[in-house]
Amino acid sequence: MTERSLAEIKKQNGTIHLSERAWGYLFAGPAFILVGLIALAPITAALWLSLRQQLPIFGIDAFVGFQNYLQLFEDDRFWAACRTTLYFTVLSVSAELLLGFGFALLLSRLSDGGGGGLRWAHVMIILPWAIPTVVSAQIWAWLYQPDYGLLNYLLYAAGITEGRIDWLGDPDWAIHAAVVMDVWKTTPFAALLLLAGLKTVPQELYAAARVDGAGTWEQFRRITLPLLMPVVLIVLVFRTMDAVRVFDAVFVLTGGGPGNSTETLSIYAYKTLFQTLQFGYGSALATAMFVLAALLSLLYVLLLRRHVQESA
Amino acid sequence: MMMWFRTHGLTACVLLLVGLFCLGPVLWQAVTSLKPDQDLVRLPPLIPERVTGVHYDRVLLQSSLPRSLANSVVVAASATVTAIVVGSFCAFALARLPIAGKSVILGVALVTSMFPPIAVISPLYLLMRELGLRDTLVAVGLTHAVYSLPLAVWLLTSFFQQLPKELYQAARIDGCTPLQALLTIILPLARPGLAVAALLVFIYSWNEFMFALTLTASDTTRTAPVAVALFPGLYEIPWGDLAAASLVVTLPVAGLALAFQRHIIAGLTAGSVKG
Amino acid sequence: MAEVRIEQLEKRIGPKTILPPLTLTVHDGEFFVLVGPSGCGKSTLLSLLAGLDQPTAGRILFDGNDVTDLEPRERDVALVFQSYALYPHMTVRENMAFPLSVVPRAKRLERPRIEEEVQRVAGFLGLSALLDRRPRELSGGQRQRVALGRALIRKPRLFLLDEPLSNLDAQLRASMRAELLRLHKELKVTTIYVTHDQTEAMTLGDRLAALNQGRVQQIGRPHDIYAAPANLFVAGFMGYPPMNLLSARLKNDSIQAGPWHLTKPPEAPTVSQEQTVTVGLRPEDVVVGPANGLDDEGVVCGIVRLTEPSGPTLWVTVELNDLNSEAFTIIGTAQAGFVPKIEDRVEVSALQATLHLFDPMTGLRLGAS
Repeated sequence: MTERSLAEIKKQNGTIHLSERAWGYLFAGPAFILVGLIALAPITAALWLSLRQQLPIFGIDAFVGFQNYLQLFEDDRFWAACRTTLYFTVLSVSAELLLGFGFALLLSRLSDGGGGGLRWAHVMIILPWAIPTVVSAQIWAWLYQPDYGLLNYLLYAAGITEGRIDWLGDPDWAIHAAVVMDVWKTTPFAALLLLAGLKTVPQELYAAARVDGAGTWEQFRRITLPLLMPVVLIVLVFRTMDAVRVFDAVFVLTGGGPGNSTETLSIYAYKTLFQTLQFGYGSALATAMFVLAALLSLLYVLLLRRHVQESA
Repeated sequence: MMMWFRTHGLTACVLLLVGLFCLGPVLWQAVTSLKPDQDLVRLPPLIPERVTGVHYDRVLLQSSLPRSLANSVVVAASATVTAIVVGSFCAFALARLPIAGKSVILGVALVTSMFPPIAVISPLYLLMRELGLRDTLVAVGLTHAVYSLPLAVWLLTSFFQQLPKELYQAARIDGCTPLQALLTIILPLARPGLAVAALLVFIYSWNEFMFALTLTASDTTRTAPVAVALFPGLYEIPWGDLAAASLVVTLPVAGLALAFQRHIIAGLTAGSVKG
Repeated sequence: MAEVRIEQLEKRIGPKTILPPLTLTVHDGEFFVLVGPSGCGKSTLLSLLAGLDQPTAGRILFDGNDVTDLEPRERDVALVFQSYALYPHMTVRENMAFPLSVVPRAKRLERPRIEEEVQRVAGFLGLSALLDRRPRELSGGQRQRVALGRALIRKPRLFLLDEPLSNLDAQLRASMRAELLRLHKELKVTTIYVTHDQTEAMTLGDRLAALNQGRVQQIGRPHDIYAAPANLFVAGFMGYPPMNLLSARLKNDSIQAGPWHLTKPPEAPTVSQEQTVTVGLRPEDVVVGPANGLDDEGVVCGIVRLTEPSGPTLWVTVELNDLNSEAFTIIGTAQAGFVPKIEDRVEVSALQATLHLFDPMTGLRLGAS
């Protein structure tokens, strides 16, 4: 006899008896139907659309194979969007990781000091995370406002700048303004994860290292950092995923402008899909974005796998 | 006071630094929301000389924001209930029942949460139109529920797995069907985990913008973030009203986050840190 | 109450064999112990009997009825877990009533009847005063009783116990053993008890099966197994301190184990000359006395390495020196009144009638019994 049949339904005394496995499929079923209908079907449709040329206004709808993808290679705007996206991702993710690490290290000192300081820090740090991205974009748009914005005033009052900087109107500044906003919004997430990771490092290790003569920096480099690698990896993957797909923040802050200086892939895809209604090409853009995000995650995993395995 | 400052000096400095970074922009928004219009274009002073409630009056009584807030409550609540109910059953099957293809399920969940939402919007829009749900709150709530399901299932599975396996086995021996065991033993014991998952789904749904933007078309179905993003301004942006609206929209999630910060942090760090 | 028959029961997960085919019969009303080191498959076997796990092949029969495909709830078995698995959100009363309250409505007892049953079982186990407490407010022994109560309340056909005493301290364990035996005498439910503790197996079981790596090594009454272990594994596992196992050579009528000459017992099998055997000697059959300098037959000298008082007996670990090979140690019993110290020189002799002989290749017992 081999494995029992999958779903044994036995009738006894008129009642239906399900095997444990059958119950399992019954329980997982609704989630599957919902995800299949509302997530997998549209994803499949998007992949299918990316192989078609669809321009409803001109009544064009034809299968074109990989032509949309080939077209991507010759599309300067696509490459510009790629560069913008990567620039945004690299800058914001590295700033978030460094700043988050700094916060986590500072806050981990608090937990030793007691006095409820850590609780207050948690309360404060969770606020930017909880705020809707759209709202935080509006908050920063007001801070960046060239004439009455707080940022220009503070810089002027401190004697750092003389004139007014049009943060969102200047193509060189706009992308950085978006990065700063994103860093403000998501550093708490990185800090919270890293802080939780720091708490799992056994204190005896630091004591042992001190006995062995290691200084603060050595302790950080030889104990904290390697042990925290799995958390760092997770922060990197999560944050990169979100940064590559960034939409709300930039859309509300600059709408992709000025010019196309802040046009990330998702904004280009959005405009292609909903302003010029090129459903086929827009889907190909979005798929390219997915590939980019997946490749970056894979890269992280490959680069950091050794560290993670060592500390695991 | 001095004594307190000396012993807690470091704590106070760190808190001040973190606080300024995290709360500064929000505080400035609060200040802005209380300034009369003519003072908005005047800087200094930093601390407003006159305070007014006119912006709150306008967004709460003379705009469609209350309607949008109500929409958001309906959408987020229904998304949360759907994701938690459907997710609990699925997570329980993953955690304790001998179903095949668990790795396939996890793979599907990963792809679903990695795929750019922007890519699925047009097919999703067409689907909702076919289902007759175009421009309805049901469409937004359902979409939010489904796209937060991977997170909910992931969290709940790990919470269920933390409960001793013997409790489920004991319930089975004592004569429970898997359904009875889930309802009478597992769910009551996993209540803290359910709360965490529910909070995260609620906050996700409340804050979600892109689906809400594209699946709704009118003032009557617009959710709060969409209302804030498309805040009406005829000639120039009404910064005072916008600030007031921003704070009003933030208040529910900020309140939840502050009240349940411990649970939320537990949820955010679950799995990622211990695994 | 039931007779349990296990026929060629097998469990594999992928290519890995958890439990090789196993056949076993437990008689109606018997207290049967499965004993073996951790990882020997005894817990897997218990899960299969309870219906928590499905076998890859084979059958389980209760009173001749095949229950292999039945769900746990349909088998009418009770299981006491090592961790007790009490429901932490329920009171003692709710925990004990739980098996009766989840029965399908048509067959369920009335509420007052359930309460009556809870009171009856609680009285039986001395839990009457604790019914409104929650598990975390109970001591280990009390939790153990609640777990027993929850298992007993349904009057199951088969009572399974998975290392139920291993989380208790030593004193409580002894008294719970007595209590389990009392319960079994009164209820006469067929009981299968899993343990890694050979003392528990010896004191509790009507019969026991020693398991190693999923295979039954020996089945029998505790005394019979102790007196005549079927192979080297059982010889080494059952009994404390463990049996001394020495590599030896047969020569004519004597057995040469290192420096030690032992007389071959009369019922020992006829084996070819010069055959290598493994000699087993229970520590209680090895006498350690003061060295008197005489070179008696069957006596060997050694140095005390460890003494372990255990009630009236004093176990002595002695290192025997062999001129030809490496030193080896043997555990014996100190002569009445003799209290050796570590590093003392002592004499060791064996009670000849109780030698056990094993084939070192197959591990099997040599000889009649």
